[in-house]
Amino acid sequence: MTTLDTRSNPIGADVQSGEPGWKRYVPGHHWRTADEEFDACTLGFWLFLATEVLLFAGLFCGYTIMRYKHPEAFVNGSSYLDWRWGALNTVVLLISSYTMAAAIRAFQLDRQKAGRLLLAITFICGLGFLVIKFTFEYTPKLSGWFIAIDPALHHYASLVDGEALGGLFKHVAGYGGKAPGQFFSYAFSSDPWEPLWWSIYYCATGIHALHVIIGMTLIAWCYRRAVLYNAYGPSHYTMVENTGLYWHLVDLIWIFLFPLLYLIH
Amino acid sequence: MTTLDNSRAHELGGHGHHEGSYLTPKGGFWATVWDWATTVDHKKIGVMYLCAVLFMFFLGGMAALAVRTELLNPVRTEQVKALGADGKELMENGKPVMKTVITGQWLGDMAAWWKGQELTSIDQGNNWYNRAFTLHGAIMVFMVIIPSIPASLGNFFIPLMLGAKDVAFPRLNLLSWYIYVTGSIFAVCSILIGGVDTGWTFYTPYSTTTDADHANVVLMVLGAFILGFSSILTGLNFVVTVHKLRAPGMGWFDMPLFIWAMYSTSIIQVLATPVIGITLLLLCFERIFRIGIFDPALGGDPVLYQHFFWFYSHPVVYVMILPAFGVISEIIPVHSHKKIFGYRAVAFASLGVALVSFLVWGHHMFASSGELGATVFSALTFLVAIPTAVKVFNWIATLYKGSIALTTPMLYALMFLFLFSIGGLTGLPLGALATDLHLHDSYFVVAHFHYVMMGGTIITFVAGLHHWWPKMFGKMYNQFWANVGAWIVFIGFNVTFFTQFFLGSQGMPRRYASYVDEYHTLHVISTFGSYLLFIGFMVHLLVFIHSLVAGRKAPANPWGGLTLEWEAASPPSEHNFDHEPIVTHGPYDYETTVPPHWNAKDYPLPALPANHH
Repeated sequence: MTTLDTRSNPIGADVQSGEPGWKRYVPGHHWRTADEEFDACTLGFWLFLATEVLLFAGLFCGYTIMRYKHPEAFVNGSSYLDWRWGALNTVVLLISSYTMAAAIRAFQLDRQKAGRLLLAITFICGLGFLVIKFTFEYTPKLSGWFIAIDPALHHYASLVDGEALGGLFKHVAGYGGKAPGQFFSYAFSSDPWEPLWWSIYYCATGIHALHVIIGMTLIAWCYRRAVLYNAYGPSHYTMVENTGLYWHLVDLIWIFLFPLLYLIH
Repeated sequence: MTTLDNSRAHELGGHGHHEGSYLTPKGGFWATVWDWATTVDHKKIGVMYLCAVLFMFFLGGMAALAVRTELLNPVRTEQVKALGADGKELMENGKPVMKTVITGQWLGDMAAWWKGQELTSIDQGNNWYNRAFTLHGAIMVFMVIIPSIPASLGNFFIPLMLGAKDVAFPRLNLLSWYIYVTGSIFAVCSILIGGVDTGWTFYTPYSTTTDADHANVVLMVLGAFILGFSSILTGLNFVVTVHKLRAPGMGWFDMPLFIWAMYSTSIIQVLATPVIGITLLLLCFERIFRIGIFDPALGGDPVLYQHFFWFYSHPVVYVMILPAFGVISEIIPVHSHKKIFGYRAVAFASLGVALVSFLVWGHHMFASSGELGATVFSALTFLVAIPTAVKVFNWIATLYKGSIALTTPMLYALMFLFLFSIGGLTGLPLGALATDLHLHDSYFVVAHFHYVMMGGTIITFVAGLHHWWPKMFGKMYNQFWANVGAWIVFIGFNVTFFTQFFLGSQGMPRRYASYVDEYHTLHVISTFGSYLLFIGFMVHLLVFIHSLVAGRKAPANPWGGLTLEWEAASPPSEHNFDHEPIVTHGPYDYETTVPPHWNAKDYPLPALPANHH
């Protein structure tokens, strides 16, 4: 096949035949065997992961230099982060890494239902990570709006000056404005370079969150193909394998981000 | 002694079916367009890259000519007597009324004429000049030189040379072409809405403060960011292809040297490009959110940008030149019918260059870094000379006692040796700290990197195009006129850029729109050289068009090459080879192998020991 043609998709076609997709899989026309194709895909994916590591290496390098230049701003800025949210998110991602690895194993053993379930759990963990990140961390810091169930809210009970969505969100006066760069408007900052800290914080966690979303998209795509075609099994599981590798990288980067952002004194 | 066992396959009555060439149209016009737009065939993608790169080369070249034309005359302001509508001098209180006239601003005048206004300040015209050279630099670096050889010739010939049907990830390959086009569109859009005047390096604070109310810089930087993705994907694809798709019998040291060079190039692309990716992304954030990482007023550090930028952009200098080394390593043995001298030395030199390339970025920042750092980087910089000199000596040793055919590719390869040596040797005074302080940011630097980038890469790109043109399109071209074009390019190139060594050593700074009168003669010579260059490239364009329209049909192996691409038909069939090739000889074994498709009677091999078959 030398043209892009979805009809030539060896798994998508011929669903009615009853054979599971992974048995019907035929490697690309330029490969001698499916094994060689699998090896090549995995090698390519490891190279891609190397580029991801280098991308974040640039960020970590910027972090190091800025922290060296302005240590007080970093310590001060970090003190607004609650290490418990960071730790919870670390646990969530570690669990999801385990379920991802288990999903790959399940498909290798042709345990389709377990594989799908584990993929779904991984996806939900990713979603949980984002919910924690956006609802309990980004939103209050940027805008001062807390979700009503946020345990931090009781510290600021006397400062609540507004409600939204029928009391689901509560506004705390003077808490918001911890935004990057020129949008920084937090009135009580005690260090002139604090906007820089928030810039680094949002760049690093934002780009990481984008990777979480990409990883979840890949997981959802795997899940869909597993449900529709039984696409993955003992002799063909390339895409789940590589999605897993990607997900572990996302996890690993967070494991570095967590102490660098939350645990500095 | 043949590699491809076509003959045996026919005897066995095997599936020696002959498919059409990859260029055979699939149905009507729109069907063919759709076929090309959705192709995952590495050959078509290579040709599409070639067209895109040549188009961008034309755009970048036009910008270069604009820059040179502007520099024909220095910018001057004069006080002249104002004339009234009747053509007489205007008088006021018995004195003539004076007005200021700006001369020598060709670009500014053009832009003002276009907008129907009159040029009123020097700054206006100078901004147009800044935009022209930024356009030239950004297009030539990001959209021409980086993808030139790897993405076009590499895409086409890596699978063919490896004896494979395609690259490892054909769909990814198509995707990277579309990403390239998207990035180029971003860049062209930023030009259309007014242009960028930061220089191609986007140094902060230029890139964070100029044109403050325009999105141009963000668009251009995003364009470069997107092009980086294309570069990464192509490099990744090639690394895996080389690892996994070599024909049976082809070990690492049986690979053609072009493959070694492309392998080293791809490794640099994969490892260096992500760093510029994050840098350009941070630059966009800097521009949009003023995050302050590169802005000292907000606590950041502008030199950090330079470090980030050159950590990528120095290795990328070798992304530009290593493929050229690969092409030269093919052309010289083929057109002198002689085994390459020191195969392993040339192969390892490619890897050596790739390794050293990551350690020398600081030499772009001698003037902005501390003494110790500059000294270390200066010392490391001289290391680059070792592997590159190994290669140059090996090529010259290959030529020694070879049967040299002065075909167009060979002519270009010889010109490359000449130009690249000048480019390399003039790098030494720039790498030495004391002389660099004098030459830094002068035309000497401009001349040096044009000798390396253009005299090295572009010249070799054209050489490779002439070398593989018969294979790519199945047509021969007119050698005489191609040689004429080559000589015009060579002379034009030297006239343009050799003068700039003098300009630079006399103190002419780069990127200035005007200059003192002492430099005028040299600038005029340089500008006329650039016109000559333009004529030379136009001759090549006409030769190629003539070849496509009326060229003689090319034989499968016009030059007598031994690498696998010469086994395939000209142009190759859709799946490259009728049967998977099996490698039984080295890529340069001219003493022991009759080239494929050649008659053994026309190719008397040297007498060999009896036990050698």
